[in-house]
Amino acid sequence: MQILKAGDNLQPLVKDPVTKVQLLKYAGASGDYNLIHTDVETARSVGLGDVIAHGMLSMGFLGQFVSDLAGPENVRRLTVRFGAQVRLGDVLTCQGVVKEIVATADRRSRALVEIWAENGKGERVTTGEAEVYLPDP
Amino acid sequence: MDGAAPLIDPALIGVTSAPTTIEVERGAIRKFAEALGDPNPAFRSGDVAPPTFPTTFRVDLPGVDLPRARVLHGGEEYVYERPIKAGDRITCVRQVTDTFVKQGSSGTLNFLVTEQEGRDAEGKLVYRSRSTVIVR
Repeated sequence: MQILKAGDNLQPLVKDPVTKVQLLKYAGASGDYNLIHTDVETARSVGLGDVIAHGMLSMGFLGQFVSDLAGPENVRRLTVRFGAQVRLGDVLTCQGVVKEIVATADRRSRALVEIWAENGKGERVTTGEAEVYLPDP
Repeated sequence: MDGAAPLIDPALIGVTSAPTTIEVERGAIRKFAEALGDPNPAFRSGDVAPPTFPTTFRVDLPGVDLPRARVLHGGEEYVYERPIKAGDRITCVRQVTDTFVKQGSSGTLNFLVTEQEGRDAEGKLVYRSRSTVIVR
């Protein structure tokens, strides 16, 4: 893992465009069968126009971003708020900035990282923060 | 206040699920990682679950029945004590911790906040989560 310090910008993670097949796979893999994510008629009937991605898909992308950063065993916390909707064809880029390095009672340092997923228009569709453990020096 | 009853009954606060035990299957981890397009070998092998995998631990709350197509996900939080691995038997309990109403630009928004925790076969805490959903 790279050495992190407050103010560092993290290497962005650019995901492939969101596809209908991905939403079907995510519905099956996650157990979220809300039809607004997979059925255009349902989406239209509630005024969405077309299917929208599961919010949790974008959180999953941020989970990948944070696991890549620190290793799966070092992820302590992941918190997000879902803002704008994610549509078919959207390319999400995960980004982050280290806010703070915190020493903890168990003497393992943690990085507090602001994270977000941004669409091609530069809108931050999903925003949040993560805490990851740093390796022992 | 228009006097209308809230769509989500505040009396639901405190409602708690029955404990639900889930076996974490290697194949389920693999499919989840594949759906995310996450190439991490630890996830693709099915050994270790990606951070958001606890979303698959679906636990019903008695008396909570939301109009699914009008439900939007507001936010989610996970706090991990350790990674979740294939073969884990996780017992989950979910609870309603808050309900409230806000006026949005397109009408009334009804919020439901639930928290869930998962413990391993030894009773040790594995993770906690907090989920906010919005009914439009």
